[in-house]
Amino acid sequence: MILVHVPGFPGNQTSLNPVGPGAERIEGEFALIFWITAIVYCLVLIALVVYVLRRRHSLNIMPEPMPTTPQSDRWAKVAVSGAMVVTVLLLFIMMIGSFVTGHALGNMNRETAYTIDVYGHQWWWEVHYPNDEPDKTVVTANEIHVPLGVPLRIHGTSRDVIHSFWAPNVQGKRDLMPGYETDVMMQIDQPGRWRGQCAEYCGEQHAHMSFYMVAEPGPQFQQWLSQQAASSVPPSTPQAVRGQQVFLGHACVMCHTVRGTPAGSRVGPDLTHVASRSTIAAGLLPNTIGNLGGWILNAQSIKPGCRMPPNHMTGSELQDLLAYLETLK
Amino acid sequence: MITTTAIESTAELTEQERAQAARLDAVWSEPRGFWGWFKAVHHTTIGKRYAVTAFIFFLLAGLLAGGMRLQLAFPEAHVLSNDLYNQFFTMHGSTMMFLFAVPMMFEALSVYFVPLMVGTRNIAFPRLNAYSYYLYLFGGLMFYIAFLCNTGADRGWFSYVPLAGPDYGPGKRPDFWAQLITFTEVSGLAVAVETIVTVFKLRAPGMSLNRIPIFVWGQVVVAFMVIFSLPGVVLSSTMLLLDRTCNTQLFNPAVGGDVLLYQHLFWWFGHPEVYIIFIPGTAVISTIVTTFCRRHAFGYLVLVLSLVATGFMAFGLWVHHMFATGIPQIAESYFTAASMMIAIPTGAQIFCWIATMATGKVVLKTPMWWALGFFFTFIMGGMTGIFVASVPVDLQIHDTYFVVAHFHYVLIGGAVFPLFGAISYWFPKVTGRMLSETLGQITFWLFFVGFNITFFPMHLVGIRGMPRRVYTYPPNMGWTTLNQIESLGYVLLFIAVCVFLANVSRSLKTGSLAGPNPWKAGTLEWATTSPPPHYNFLHLPTVNGREALWDAAPNQPVVIGLDEDARSFLTTRTLDAEPEGRDEFPRPSIWPFLAAIATSIAFIGSIFTPWGITIGAIPVAITMIGWFWPERQPAERRRAREIWQSE
Repeated sequence: MILVHVPGFPGNQTSLNPVGPGAERIEGEFALIFWITAIVYCLVLIALVVYVLRRRHSLNIMPEPMPTTPQSDRWAKVAVSGAMVVTVLLLFIMMIGSFVTGHALGNMNRETAYTIDVYGHQWWWEVHYPNDEPDKTVVTANEIHVPLGVPLRIHGTSRDVIHSFWAPNVQGKRDLMPGYETDVMMQIDQPGRWRGQCAEYCGEQHAHMSFYMVAEPGPQFQQWLSQQAASSVPPSTPQAVRGQQVFLGHACVMCHTVRGTPAGSRVGPDLTHVASRSTIAAGLLPNTIGNLGGWILNAQSIKPGCRMPPNHMTGSELQDLLAYLETLK
Repeated sequence: MITTTAIESTAELTEQERAQAARLDAVWSEPRGFWGWFKAVHHTTIGKRYAVTAFIFFLLAGLLAGGMRLQLAFPEAHVLSNDLYNQFFTMHGSTMMFLFAVPMMFEALSVYFVPLMVGTRNIAFPRLNAYSYYLYLFGGLMFYIAFLCNTGADRGWFSYVPLAGPDYGPGKRPDFWAQLITFTEVSGLAVAVETIVTVFKLRAPGMSLNRIPIFVWGQVVVAFMVIFSLPGVVLSSTMLLLDRTCNTQLFNPAVGGDVLLYQHLFWWFGHPEVYIIFIPGTAVISTIVTTFCRRHAFGYLVLVLSLVATGFMAFGLWVHHMFATGIPQIAESYFTAASMMIAIPTGAQIFCWIATMATGKVVLKTPMWWALGFFFTFIMGGMTGIFVASVPVDLQIHDTYFVVAHFHYVLIGGAVFPLFGAISYWFPKVTGRMLSETLGQITFWLFFVGFNITFFPMHLVGIRGMPRRVYTYPPNMGWTTLNQIESLGYVLLFIAVCVFLANVSRSLKTGSLAGPNPWKAGTLEWATTSPPPHYNFLHLPTVNGREALWDAAPNQPVVIGLDEDARSFLTTRTLDAEPEGRDEFPRPSIWPFLAAIATSIAFIGSIFTPWGITIGAIPVAITMIGWFWPERQPAERRRAREIWQSE
C-alpha cells in the first residue's frame, strides 16, 4: 500500500498523526484516495475551464441553436468513453485499497489481546479492567491507561443512549449501542496522552464527553493498575476524616463509589482514585482543587444538563470534602 | 383530432384565437377574492406557493446557521446555550431537508414546470396537489410554532433512538419532529404520484419516452424514489411516536427492542433522500447547459440512464451511514463497492456536460455561471464522497466536520447552486420579467466565494478531530482559527442572499419584460406567454424532437378538438405519446384546504394523545366526502365521452 504521510496535522486528536497500526493503515488508504481524487478534480476542472474559455460566445444575444450530427460529436464520444474507463479503473483501485485496509484492520484481532471494557454514559466514560479475581478489577473513568505496543481489545457498550468511542490517533470510531456489545482492536506504539471524544450525538452535553488514552510502558502500566486496584486509604488527617463524613452524609454517596467505604453506587464515576486522574467532568477541566470545588457546588453552571446536581454545603464542609478527595490517590 | 396549424408563440393573435383565449380563460381562471385563494388548484399557482414557502424556510434555516456560526466562532462561547444550540442544529437540518430541499427541488419545480414541459394544461390530480401544499405548509408552521414555544426538536434531523425515545427525550420535542415527517412525507408522496401520472399519461403528442426533456426525466426518477424510500421514514417516525405515546417499546433494548432497526429504516429513506435532493439539481444543470451551450445535450441517452441508474443505486448504499456501528466485513465490502459505484453515473453526467460545452457555444449568463459554480462545488463533494464510501476511512471521518463539509458541498453544490441557476433561468417565465444580470452575477460571486470560505475549512477541522453537533469546543485544539474563517464566510453568504432578494424585489417591479422565450430555449414551457395563462397553452403543442421548439417542423401541428367549455385535456400513451383519449380536470374547490386542516388536526392531535388519529379521522372523512362529491355536469360529460370513445 502506498503510505504517504500527509503533513501539517500535528495534534493528539487527529487521524493524520497516527500512533498505532490501526490509524496508520487508515491514513495510508486516506492518502491513496486523497491523491487520486485531488488529481482527478484538478484535471476535470481544468478541462472545464479550458473549454468554456475556448467556446465562449462573446455576443450579448443568444445565438441560434447549433445543428449536431453523430459525426460532429464523434471525438466527444471517444473522449467521454475514455474518461469513463479511467473513472472505473480509478474507482476500482480505491475500492481494492479499501478492501485491503479493511482486511488488515480485521486481522488485528488477537485472542491474547489485553481487554478493557468501556461503557458510554451521558456524558462520561466508565472504564473497567476486568480481572479473574473480582477484587482486582479496576474501575475508573474518562482516563484509559494502556500498555505500550500491546494489542488491545476495547469491549464496549452503552448504559443509556448511543455513543461513539473515538480516539483518532489510535483507531477509527466504533458506536457503543445499548443492547449491543462490540469489540474494537487497537494498539498504541507511541507513549503519550491521546485525546478522544464521543462522536455520536448523545444529547445536551455531547460536546463535553472526551477521554484520554494514556499510553505508557508495560511496567509503569502494571504499577498504575495495581495501585488502582487497591481500595481507598482511610483518611488520616482530622480534616480528611471530617471530609469523608461530608461525603457520606451528602448526596455524593447516592451516585458515587469509593471502594473501602459504604459508598457503592454506580450512577456516577467511581471516585476511589479520583485524585490520580488528571481531569474531571469527562476531560472538561483540569483536576485542581478549585475546579473540583466549583464542580461539586454547581456542576450545572459548568456542564449544563449533566446528571450531577448542585450541592449545598458550607464553606468549611466543602474544604473538608476537597481535602478528603485529595487523599483518594 | 390533430390538424396542421403553425405555432408561432410570438405571433400576433388572430381574432378567432383571441375569442378562443377568452373562452379558455373563462373556464380555467382561478377563483378570485379571499376565499378564492384557498380554492386555487392550478399547478402554476400551487407551484409558486411551494417555491415561495420553501424559500422562506431556506432563509429561516440559514438564519439558524448564522446563530450556530456565531456560537462556534469562539471556543467555549456562551452566545447560545447548549440546549438552544442543539435545537438550532436540529431545526436547521430538519428544515433544510424536509421543508426546503425536497419541497423546493422536487415539489415546487415539478409542480410548476413538469406540466408545462410536457405540454398539458394542469398537473394530474390538481386537488390532491392543493391538499399536499397545505399539508406541507401546516407541517412547517407547526414545527416553527413549536420551536418558538421552546419545544423545538433537539435530537438531530435523524432523531436516533433511544436519544429521541421516551426515556431520554422528555417533553414533546421529538414528537413534533416525528409529525413534521408525517406532514412532509404525505405531501411528498402526493406530488410523486401526480408527477408520475402527468408524465406518463399527459404528455404532448409526439413526446415519446426518448424525447422527454431531461429535467422531466429527473423529476420522474425522483418521484419513483420518493414512493419507494419515504415509507421507510414514515415507518420509523411512526414507530418512534408509538413508543413515545403508546409505550410500545419497539426501540427499547431493555425489553428486546432494537435501536439499530431505527437506523436501518431511517437510512433506507435518508440516503435516497440525498439523491432526491440533487437529481433535480443535476436535471436543472442539464437544462441550463443545453440552453446556454446552444446545442442538444451531448449524450441524451447517457444522461437519462445515469439518472435512472442513480435512482436505483441510491437504495443500495444506506448502510454507509452506519459503518461505525460495527457491521460484518462482508457487508462492509458490499456497501463500499456500491457507494463507490454511484460515482460512475454521476461521472458520466459530468463528462457529458463538459462535452456539450466543448462542442457548443457557451453563453455566460447568470444561469450558466451558477452551472459552472455547480461543477466546482459538486465535484468536490463527489470526491470527498469517496472518502466516506471507504469503510476504514469513514471510521475516521464519520460524524466529524469533514462529513459536514462533504454533504454541504454535495447538497449546496448539487441543489442550491442549480436552484439559484433555475431561479435566474425560469424567473422570466414565472413572472414575465427578467432578473438583473449584473446583480445576478454579483450574487453568484459572493455566494461562490462565501460558500467555499465557509465550508472548505470544515474538511480540515474535521481531519483535526472536531466532531459534528458539538455546541462548543476547547480552546487549545487547533480548531479556533478555522472556525473563525468559516464564520466569516457565512457573512458573505448572508450578503449574497440579501443581494439576491433585492434583485428579485427590484425585478418584480421594474425588470425588463421577458417575452415568451428570452433564452431562445428549446423546451415547451417557452412556447407560451410569460407568465403562462391558467390554461398554459392556447394551442396544445405537439412534439417533433428532444428540444420541442428547436426541432419543430415549419408547420408543426397542434392539438385541437378539445371541449373549450370544460377543463378538458388530452391523454396519451405512455411509450409513444400517441393520443389516447380525453378527460376533464376537476374545478377549483375549498375542500382540499378543509381536508388539509382536518388532517393537520389529526396529526397534531396524535402528538398529545393516541386518540388523535382515531377521532381525527372523522373530520378527515367528512372533508374527503365533500372533496369527492360527484358533480352532475362533468359526470354527464364524462359518460358521453366514454360512450364516444368506446364506439
